[in-house]
Amino acid sequence: MSVRTPSASDSADKGGGTRPAGTDGSATDALLRLGRYLTRSTTSADLRAVYRTGGRDGDAFYRDRWSHDKVVPSTHGVNCTGSCRWKVYVSDGIITWESQDPDYPSIGPDKPEYEPRGCPRGASFSWYSYSPTRVRFPYARGVLVEMYREARRIHHDPVAAWASVVDDPHKRGVYHRARGKGGLVRVSWDEAAEMVAAAHVHAIATHGPDRVAGFSPIPAMSLVSHAVGARFMALIGAPMLSFYDWYADLPVASPQVFGDQTDVPESADWWDAAYLMMWGSNVPVTRTPDAHWMVEARYRGQKVVVVSPDYADNTKFADEWLAPHPGTDAALAMAMGHVVLTEFFVRREVDYFTDYARQFTDLPFLVTLAERPEGLVPAKFLTAADLGPEAAGKAAEWKTVLIDAVTDQPVVPNGSIGFRWNAEDEGRWNLDLGEVVPRLSLHGDQRHEPVEVLLPRFDAPDGAAGVLRRGVPARRIGEHLVTTVFDLLLAQYGVRRAGLPGVWPTGYDDASQPCTPAWQQEITSVPADRVARIAREFASTAEESRGRCMILMGAGTNHWFHSDTVYRSFLALLTLTGCQGRNGGGWAHYVGQEKVRPLTGHATLASALDWVRPPRHMIGTAYWYLHTDQWRYDSMRNDALLSPLATGALAGTSAADALAVSARLGWMPSYPTFDRNPLDLVAEAEAAGTDPVEHVVEQLRTGQLGFACEDPDDPRNWPRVLTVWRSNLLGSSAKGHEYFLRHLLGTDANLRATEAPPDRRPRTTKWHERAPEGKLDLLLAMDYRMTSTTLFADVVLPAATWYEKHDLSSTDMHPFVHSFNAAVDPPWQTRTDFDAFHTIARRFSELAEDHLGVRRDLVATPMTHDTPGETAQPHGVVRDWRLGQADPVPGRTMPVLTVVERDYPAVAAKLATLGPLLDAVGTTTKGITYDVSEELAWLAAKNGVAASGPAAGRPLINTDIRAADALLALSGTTNGHLAAQGFRSLERRVGQPLAHLATENEGRRVAFADTRAQPAAVTTSPEWSGSETGGRRYSAFVINVEHRKPWHTLTGRQHFFLDHDWMHELGEALPVYRPPLDMHRLFGEPRLGPAGREVTVRYLTPHSKWSIHSTYQDNLIMLSLSRGGQTIWISPGDAEAIGVGDNDWIEAVNRNGVVVARAIVSHRMPTGTVFMYHAQDRAVNVPRSEATGKRGGTHNSLTKLLMKPTHLIGGYAQLSFGFNYLGPTGNQRDEITVIRRRSQEVSY
Amino acid sequence: MRVLAQLAMVMNLDKCIGCHTCSVTCKQAWTNRAGTEYVWFNNVETRPGQGYPRRYEDQDQWKGGWVRTSGGRLKLRAGGRFRKLASLFANPDLPEISDYYEPWTYEYATLIDAPLGTDVPTAAPKSAITGAPVQPDWGPNWDDDLGGSTEHGVADPVLQRLRDDLGVQVKFEFEQSFMFYLPRICEHCLNPSCVASCPSGAMYKREEDGIVLVDQHQCRGWRMCVTGCPYKKVYFNHRTGKAEKCTFCYPRVEAGQPTVCSETCVGRLRYIGVVLYDADRVTEAASVADEHDLYPAQLDLMLDPHDPEVIRAAEQAGIPHDWITAAQRSPVYQLIHTYRLALPLHPEYRTMPMVWYIPPLSPVVDAVAGTGFDGEDGHNLFGAIDSLRIPVEYLAELFTAGDVTPVRTSLRRLAAMRSYMRSVNLGREPDERVPAAVGLDGEQVFGMYRLLALAKYDERYVIPTAGIGQAHDLEGIATQCSLDVDGGPGMGGPAVAGGQGRVDLVSWRGTGRPDALFPTLRGGGDR
Repeated sequence: MSVRTPSASDSADKGGGTRPAGTDGSATDALLRLGRYLTRSTTSADLRAVYRTGGRDGDAFYRDRWSHDKVVPSTHGVNCTGSCRWKVYVSDGIITWESQDPDYPSIGPDKPEYEPRGCPRGASFSWYSYSPTRVRFPYARGVLVEMYREARRIHHDPVAAWASVVDDPHKRGVYHRARGKGGLVRVSWDEAAEMVAAAHVHAIATHGPDRVAGFSPIPAMSLVSHAVGARFMALIGAPMLSFYDWYADLPVASPQVFGDQTDVPESADWWDAAYLMMWGSNVPVTRTPDAHWMVEARYRGQKVVVVSPDYADNTKFADEWLAPHPGTDAALAMAMGHVVLTEFFVRREVDYFTDYARQFTDLPFLVTLAERPEGLVPAKFLTAADLGPEAAGKAAEWKTVLIDAVTDQPVVPNGSIGFRWNAEDEGRWNLDLGEVVPRLSLHGDQRHEPVEVLLPRFDAPDGAAGVLRRGVPARRIGEHLVTTVFDLLLAQYGVRRAGLPGVWPTGYDDASQPCTPAWQQEITSVPADRVARIAREFASTAEESRGRCMILMGAGTNHWFHSDTVYRSFLALLTLTGCQGRNGGGWAHYVGQEKVRPLTGHATLASALDWVRPPRHMIGTAYWYLHTDQWRYDSMRNDALLSPLATGALAGTSAADALAVSARLGWMPSYPTFDRNPLDLVAEAEAAGTDPVEHVVEQLRTGQLGFACEDPDDPRNWPRVLTVWRSNLLGSSAKGHEYFLRHLLGTDANLRATEAPPDRRPRTTKWHERAPEGKLDLLLAMDYRMTSTTLFADVVLPAATWYEKHDLSSTDMHPFVHSFNAAVDPPWQTRTDFDAFHTIARRFSELAEDHLGVRRDLVATPMTHDTPGETAQPHGVVRDWRLGQADPVPGRTMPVLTVVERDYPAVAAKLATLGPLLDAVGTTTKGITYDVSEELAWLAAKNGVAASGPAAGRPLINTDIRAADALLALSGTTNGHLAAQGFRSLERRVGQPLAHLATENEGRRVAFADTRAQPAAVTTSPEWSGSETGGRRYSAFVINVEHRKPWHTLTGRQHFFLDHDWMHELGEALPVYRPPLDMHRLFGEPRLGPAGREVTVRYLTPHSKWSIHSTYQDNLIMLSLSRGGQTIWISPGDAEAIGVGDNDWIEAVNRNGVVVARAIVSHRMPTGTVFMYHAQDRAVNVPRSEATGKRGGTHNSLTKLLMKPTHLIGGYAQLSFGFNYLGPTGNQRDEITVIRRRSQEVSY
Repeated sequence: MRVLAQLAMVMNLDKCIGCHTCSVTCKQAWTNRAGTEYVWFNNVETRPGQGYPRRYEDQDQWKGGWVRTSGGRLKLRAGGRFRKLASLFANPDLPEISDYYEPWTYEYATLIDAPLGTDVPTAAPKSAITGAPVQPDWGPNWDDDLGGSTEHGVADPVLQRLRDDLGVQVKFEFEQSFMFYLPRICEHCLNPSCVASCPSGAMYKREEDGIVLVDQHQCRGWRMCVTGCPYKKVYFNHRTGKAEKCTFCYPRVEAGQPTVCSETCVGRLRYIGVVLYDADRVTEAASVADEHDLYPAQLDLMLDPHDPEVIRAAEQAGIPHDWITAAQRSPVYQLIHTYRLALPLHPEYRTMPMVWYIPPLSPVVDAVAGTGFDGEDGHNLFGAIDSLRIPVEYLAELFTAGDVTPVRTSLRRLAAMRSYMRSVNLGREPDERVPAAVGLDGEQVFGMYRLLALAKYDERYVIPTAGIGQAHDLEGIATQCSLDVDGGPGMGGPAVAGGQGRVDLVSWRGTGRPDALFPTLRGGGDR
């Protein structure tokens, strides 16, 4: 170390006072001089500072601590849409910590970059690696293991041994009741795999493959780990349960309006927006790595508006903050729509907006008006079939009609769904209008007649329905009286035009009539003038910037029972102002939307489409609703939801009745499907020498065969084996958590609800006097940490973490594919999911030799979106074969029935290879079929082929990296050759040039090694609707708008109007405001407000700052930075009403269960609403409750499933099933709870 | 003039999303060890709020920093020190563990080990220090996002000063809610009171880059530095009995890498660069009579890196060429000096802190529109600065010893940039009067925009790498192992004892002292 002496200038007198500036006090000086003696260093002459040069060894400790042996790139496979690249540091073979890897490819000199991506949760991940909550070995419940081992001593055969335990009611009860109560014991992998395999074999042989199920959500967060297990399920014939709808993250409005699951801009496209509204999406918390785009775009002059009921984290950045009452957002949006329509469509016309509406929306299309005794009501889209035989070509019922302003004649423009599937119309499925100028409104049309129509309203606080009378210009075409969607929309939004009858608002300040600003103020509390001003700004900015206004929307507005109506009110704003399909514009739905960019490859592998089709894909919400017996407690009748203009088709029915209709009409999947084993059904038919499909149809017709969903409590119809991986189902997403515990698992629960009284039960679902408790033979969980799911599971397999395996992730927040890489190999006895499933599959195949062999299975599937099946039920008219309204015809009026072969002993071999169906028929995504023979040849060369066995000669995918390479090779986004091929196919159907979008990348193929080297950018592909071509940022529907490719909807355009029968029954044919469900009126919960020592409040469960769902909420670092356990945020007013101080223990109680938590009292909360951050599991710091004496629950102990019938519609254009595309949502935000202060003494 | 180079940081609070990633990555890299469980070299505070440790800004209580005597001299506020060298955390001027928080962990093992019982296992909390059952009632971030605001937020020392000294009332009511985040590390002050407080001479400021460090060998655990630091950024490791603090990640910055907290900042709000200053004038600057003059005095210490005289003096002082060019490209200098956007934290402590902050621009349009004006009109924006959700007085108490003028200047420039760039964004002719109104021209606004909005990695972090600290050792390369330099991996001294891996606090159950709890310090010879 070098030592310097004080320089002469140190003593220079620069002070301005009587003495030179310096330190004071002789004692100080003496001390410091002492210090100077104790150390050799430079001290400034006034002894103020000690300088040292080369002080680089005095703290060798830190330099040593920083040293590491290697740094490995990986990411986090957690359901957050982050897909962030991290550097994992390894020292002495131990993972030490992680930090973000900033090596993202640049997205251009004029934009910020993606680096660094990450958040505090991800930064704490390595804690799990060696934490005491790490699952290091296989475990199983001791009582089950003892019984199984005892049985094995008697039965040599594992399947017989397993059966002797699970089919013995006493033994079954013993281990069911032990679930969740500790007593896990270590078992070997061999023994665990044997039990698991035996359970699967037994369930398939005895009950049927559709009695087994797999649950693993969000493939994009680790594509290979998801695919391997899903592939195993597909090969054995077990359903995979959907998650996007189940999580209530699926915005049902997206299929309804766009005919698309969800397609949104990447976060870098926020930068392009000139006006950004964050509506129920708390970006800094839930999109932490992306928030900077919003922050930085403000410096480009972007205006930021936050709509949030609390002072949320993003409000810090807002130029304006609107705080509507929770769940009333649609009223605000409808009022904004009222202003936009009034000022930008009626008082003044904006060419940009009207041109857009004509070309890209259903607004000009004609709708028939039906006569009812009480008046005219909007009915159905007019189709070519209505124009007379001369107009009707192929699929005439599927071709919608508008009026050409030039000729004043009805025309059938290209692009509707009728042009999509038949050979005759190849090249005409496009949005090219030619010379036609669609008439948006019939107002001003010489032939129009003003008529009054009836429209529903639901704006009474309790949701009770009323009727609006408003005029539209109508005209006769043939026998039909018609108007346009646009004219109906103006009526619905209360925008008055001269000469039209009806009752209209007198102005913006008329609070009595929907949808004025004053009307919304009474509902939302947001001042009317601010709403009008923001609506005006929004539309003006869209006009000036040509559609660069964006709405970020999320769980805050999407987790409601009626969130489809909320979202439609938002989408209306964006579509009216021409913001969809524009960079910097449109909807940006960010909740649970994680995008599988390598879509085709993943779907092919995960559904084993290379070996057997179709897979069983189940709607998760309905599955849990039935099998956890929540239906038995659901006393809400559909009547509570109906329009006053409903015909009565749903009157007196319950959600379970609607579900049964949906199953038998082929709308939605239903597994288990029938009340018998589907393997036996085929065997039975073949024994009788009849066609299995005809056999089943006949048995259904005669009632000899029933649907399992109509008798879910019959033991024949229970789910028997459930595998959960990459998920904490019970501690995170299980709405109605306590119902799961009691009925699915058969163990103790804090459930307090009573079953529905006889007069409020479903009509068509069989009622057993005693509800079953304990349906599953086996709950298998794979995880690296202990959660509610592992605590309740019968067998727990120790999983490798994200730093211990190879995999892929992608997201829609950025355009890159990331790799997981093993920084260290899986420690202890942990295995990757990939290895675990191959282990199980091998043992399963061995046991299948004796017990299953080769069987034939009858698979019932619904009519599916993006297949010709979506044109099964014209006009959305419900015809129920059970009621004699139609014949039962598979694929038309009932599910598609397919017989497939299951070679059970070959499952392991098939799991590890790519099957021959790909050679024969390629693979299909969104209606485009890809020939993948070149890819198969490449994979065979790269990965090798199976040398022998049932899959001999097939390309191997027997390691995680090989599977990853297959997944990438079979996807257009990561294989330019396929993207180009797909666009050429699409060109033929659309008749517009598209292939140029892919030419720049036609020779580019991303392999796993590329994703490891650096995040690998994806390329434009027909798998998605946006374009990255030329380096632009991804924005949804750009291809539709710029290349006239239709949306996948009935009209081929974005829909405001939905004419399915059930949409009319619920009064939701047009955007409409529906208030949150009134839990007091529907379920007898107390009214909102304080009463004595309790207060009843809205119970919201927004996403947490300290966890991603339940991951990280048990992490010590996150617990240290938060409050150390379960908490509920409460306003000072509500806290004061019940004498609660900050950090006091409280209990939240409603009919569904109990939560014991600490209160966080804060003025950022509105009175009358509490937040319990989502997915606070009970595994950390949850005492016993006063209410029940048992362990307090999770955030979902207070929730329960409620299904909306319109989410069950199928067989009708965009309203057709697709896995995670459409299905009933597991919404939970309408719930309320009672809060009270409890004893501050707690016990565990 | 005695030119010294200082690595300094600017944080743009206007961009901070309060995510705490910086805290976690720092904690994981540096202080997840026994003895430092409660230590966060980097923490993030929600303001208004008490901060960490509790109310650290109340120097009437904690006696940190310097005070100016009536004679114009500086003295440590804490005055004499020997009386305070009592037992651990018992010094009245030392925060107690409860002022930080008692670190806790959980009985995680029970989740796997619990025998068959009657209820669901749960991991109960326990002290990470004693292992005894404990209930968390305060933490390093207890009042995050205004949590407990009505009970704890009211005790924010800055709010109290606003209320008591300025008569500015801040109501904790829903409609008036505001908050922002304040990430904090060691200030690596030019006039560090911690260094001056150390009786052992164990604390020092590295001459080549200004990083303030504790020599772990010299430290005798007096803890005078803990008291002396007004920011409470020196911590006491209760296992080793030594002081520890933020090292500005010197093992990284020496290699040209940004600090962990900076590189991992997903808000992209941190900047690191070199500032040249005149060491001879530090004491004078820190001693100005009026606290409002401290900010300009510190600005004045900073030398123009383009000034030929400064360059010459720097070269004479042995500052390498790449440090001078780094100073010329320094984003920190630009944000502090050129644009006058960044401000020091609590200059009234007279420590001349070198981590500066751009104040947050809270909703403006909202406030203006509330008055009936067009909130997007650039000129109206400036009038609105005083209508911000965050009172300007609050920011001034943090950054300018109460002088609202520099805060207004900074906020007005940010607002002007937004207004000007909105015109550019929408393809309108930008109004040059907007930048002119805040003393800038359009080109300067673009410069600010580039630095603040585009914020490319190599412009956020300009860190010179010329290793002057070890350069002298390079002379030995010809005759020695090239890695065998001070602190180098091939160093000839005793190796780390025992071949132990690190034991993280988080895997430690809180009972007993695991083997290899703390790596043996390398070297350890007399210096």
